[in-house]
Amino acid sequence: MTKIEVRNIFKIFGPRPERWLQAARDGISKEELLARSGHTLGLRDISLSIEEGSIYVIMGLSGSGKSTLIRHFNRLIEPSAGQILVDDTDVVTLGKTALAKFRQRKMSMVFQRFGLFPHRSVLDNVAYGLKVQGLGKADRHGKALHWLEQVGLSGFENQFPHQLSGGMQQRVGLARALATDAEILLMDEAFSALDPLIRREMQDQLLQLQAQLNKTIVFITHDLDEALRLGNRIAILKDGELVQEGTPEDILLTPANEYVQSFLQDVNRSKVLNAAHACNEPSLTLTMRSRPVHAVERMSARQFEYVAVLDGKRLAGILTREAAGNAVRDGARDIARYVGDMASVPASAGLDEVLAHLLRSTEPLAVTGENQEFLGLTSRRKVVELCTPVVEQAPASDLAA
Amino acid sequence: MFPEIIAPRALRAPIDDFVGDIVSNYSHVLRAVTQPLLDLLIWMDQIVRYSPWWAVTLAIMLLAWLASRRILFSLMVGLMLCVIGVIGLWDAAMQTLSLMIVAVAISIAIGIPMGILMASFRWLRTVMLPILDVMQTMPSFVYLIPVVMLFNLGKIAAIFATVIYAVPPVIRLTDLGIRLVDAEVLEASRAFGANRMKQLFGVQLPLALPNIMAGINQTTMMALAMVVIASMIGVRGLGYEVLQGINRLQVGRGLLAGVGIVILAIIFDRITQAFGQRQQKQKGA
Repeated sequence: MTKIEVRNIFKIFGPRPERWLQAARDGISKEELLARSGHTLGLRDISLSIEEGSIYVIMGLSGSGKSTLIRHFNRLIEPSAGQILVDDTDVVTLGKTALAKFRQRKMSMVFQRFGLFPHRSVLDNVAYGLKVQGLGKADRHGKALHWLEQVGLSGFENQFPHQLSGGMQQRVGLARALATDAEILLMDEAFSALDPLIRREMQDQLLQLQAQLNKTIVFITHDLDEALRLGNRIAILKDGELVQEGTPEDILLTPANEYVQSFLQDVNRSKVLNAAHACNEPSLTLTMRSRPVHAVERMSARQFEYVAVLDGKRLAGILTREAAGNAVRDGARDIARYVGDMASVPASAGLDEVLAHLLRSTEPLAVTGENQEFLGLTSRRKVVELCTPVVEQAPASDLAA
Repeated sequence: MFPEIIAPRALRAPIDDFVGDIVSNYSHVLRAVTQPLLDLLIWMDQIVRYSPWWAVTLAIMLLAWLASRRILFSLMVGLMLCVIGVIGLWDAAMQTLSLMIVAVAISIAIGIPMGILMASFRWLRTVMLPILDVMQTMPSFVYLIPVVMLFNLGKIAAIFATVIYAVPPVIRLTDLGIRLVDAEVLEASRAFGANRMKQLFGVQLPLALPNIMAGINQTTMMALAMVVIASMIGVRGLGYEVLQGINRLQVGRGLLAGVGIVILAIIFDRITQAFGQRQQKQKGA
């Protein structure tokens, strides 16, 4: 279900934005608009739809309009034109009190530089949204303590923000945003100010919390690694325009243009892509009951040195051509006793892990899904292709093969 | 020589007439309107002058302790007040003090709301900044004369002159303090649905407090300076003692009164600063 629907948002900064709206619609460039009118084009014709319960990442370099866009969702910035529907209510038309109510209940926000209140204790910071809602002291402190515990900051409630490290401060920011029980969480470069180790920790924590809470999260970042790691879908902005929108795999495997591709240069692909991407659909599998003669016949026909053997849907092991030959010679009724063990990795394992496996042994490697379900064999060629950055000439279809 | 385009007399006469008109037609109205202020001044004067000296001293020591939470500081303040008494200037100091308290209170009551408005409305800032410059640089005698014409010699005129001179710092620093509040912190409170009042009292003012306290400190110091000058329009107090010393060439009298003024200045400077510093420490800035 669509939770947030953004329709044709335009934002022009300057004293008379309405006068230049038509020019922006007609596609005047950002530079030309600035030169001719002194107005800055913030966003041009942005339309997005964000699914309930997903993490939607908006990314771009600084000045691409991503922070401007996220501030439209709770109208910290007014759009020059367009609609923002949250649960089918147009946020743009809300009156003053309705907007305040909307911000109190529906959405909460986490800020890049934390935005904590330096004169309030950690507990009062977390309870701030509840205080604005008008909740009594005992209630809001009870809830605030609960959320502090959720983010792993029990015992710090009486400290002041400046007494905490950056990572801890952002946990307070996260707890503050979660405390209001808003369905939508806006995170504006929430982890960008943290050092890499803490950032990763916070990402893990966010994913963990999201697994429990199932909120709709809009996450802004300039870091593609982070976007690929967190996002169910990713939108890439450039100069206030939407360049590409899709799943992390879409972005990584079929970048829309050079701008997106230049982003991808620095991405550590082996961390983002996982074993499922490097897995070949099996063209031949056997079961434990297969007859040896049959097995040899089919392997020779395809010139396979080995083949995966299944037990139901689960992976049972591997049968090499040599073992199959032995089975025929021994006159066995089925291949069950000739099946050897096969190494496997879960589908969610990163490519770096797969790569390590492949380097360590020349044995084939199976990919298994949930409950050990067999998905296929990894292909060395594919792993290598996925790990190398997209080369200009290489058409995307080659990679998908 | 710059060529004479308008005769200075022609320029001055309408101003003189204007003030003269107001004085002759409206001075009784103005006096009636300011009667409550005069009552307040007299009431405050009586409180500090007719309370026993130790009660006043203890009250100021308590204030010092509340501001700094340091016993030693508080004792020093008490000691300095005793010095004023010992050199025989207690009554004069109390007259100065009562005038100063009222002047500072009025300045704060005007200055903080004005500063808040200036921080919120850009146009008001543009209008007010030059006015504040004029208030601070215009020689005080220029407005002392018409004020005296309107209100007669005495406390009311002194209060007007003092407030005009002392209010700019608290206005400026309130405005500055509010504008310096971290935009992201303010944005956070907006994002959680705080209305204008909650933003102001929950975030902006508390965070601007160290700056506002610095403004109050400056205002207090300037009020003290002006109260001394106000002795020339017939206000009794330490300034009057200085004036007497000058008039009669009694160097000792003038010097001792000067010491009294310095002591009052130090006491109020340190107390208001201590308030500000404690705010800052809580903020951890």
